[in-house]
Amino acid sequence: MSPLDYVTLAVILFVIGAAGVLIRRNAIIIFMCIELMLNACNLAFVAFASMHGNLNGQVIAFFVMVVAAAEVVVGLAILMAVFRARKSASVDDANLLKY
Amino acid sequence: MSHYYIAAGTNADVITRETVFWILFVVASFAALGMILVRRAVHCALMLAVVMLSLATLYAMQGAPFLAFVQIIVYTGAVLMLFLFVLMLIGISSSDSLKETFKGRVPAWVFALVTAGFAILLFMGIGHAAITSAVPQTDALNGSGNLPGLAQLIFTTYVFPFEVTGALLITAAVGAMVLAHRERTEPKPTQRDLAARRIASGHVAPDPSPGVYALHDAVDRPALLPDGSASPESVSTAIAQRVVGGLGEQPEEGQLVLEIKKEVES
Repeated sequence: MSPLDYVTLAVILFVIGAAGVLIRRNAIIIFMCIELMLNACNLAFVAFASMHGNLNGQVIAFFVMVVAAAEVVVGLAILMAVFRARKSASVDDANLLKY
Repeated sequence: MSHYYIAAGTNADVITRETVFWILFVVASFAALGMILVRRAVHCALMLAVVMLSLATLYAMQGAPFLAFVQIIVYTGAVLMLFLFVLMLIGISSSDSLKETFKGRVPAWVFALVTAGFAILLFMGIGHAAITSAVPQTDALNGSGNLPGLAQLIFTTYVFPFEVTGALLITAAVGAMVLAHRERTEPKPTQRDLAARRIASGHVAPDPSPGVYALHDAVDRPALLPDGSASPESVSTAIAQRVVGGLGEQPEEGQLVLEIKKEVES
């Protein structure tokens, strides 16, 4: 088990998250997949920190967590606003600007 | 210095760490895969919780105990609870609708193909990366303790990003309040208005309570009217959905009603 294995796991999680964002249509699930991708990035940062023996990677991971928390708060509020207007959490239904 | 790290920490012996890592590798991968395969958003959230807890353990194993706890408290505790909260508001049974809203939507297999290409790209990127040392340097990492080291970095090198983070958080809080706020477009109904509305609806008495029978005494059993038919008002619509299985379908013709009728007649 080298630090590279952690990076491999991070890549797997990131790719699965990206696939979820592309494939799923429920906006909440898409948000969760974005969270999964952010978590995968954090794992890679922590792995790089332990690989290089300095703490900068962990500090960046900490900042990523803070930004992710802020993003979730605003994102879910937008989701609630859209749901109130369209009565649906599907991203396909939010197409008012299209026509 | 490192003896107070949690059990799966840096000086657990190598075999234990290998075992824990590969178990968590499989668990996290399959939970993540489950996230994009399950239909319901709630199950997706539970899968995400599994992934996040696995990642917390992996952080602890890599000499990042502070991040491990922040992961559990902030992510699994706060962010995921926020997700579940919004799920409750939107509807617990919300799942992807299969109704096509517009023509010409790219089919899912194209996305799967794109993802596979992306995965190959990333793995090739790792393969070509110059990995300086294959040995984790967790002892060098936490020379003077994990938390003091992190604090020193955050409040010296990264002090400006740290302050910007504060601005970001307060902006997010204000933004969420603005977005979630709803202006009241009509005056709040008073008790008098509510009473008038109730009289006007022609349905003055409260809804009938659910049925109480010899063998079943639960809120999902509809009450029987004097003519022997089931009263749809006696069962909450939320429960009726769940029992009968249909969306918004009242339990009038359901299997359940037939069962109860049989029971009452016998």
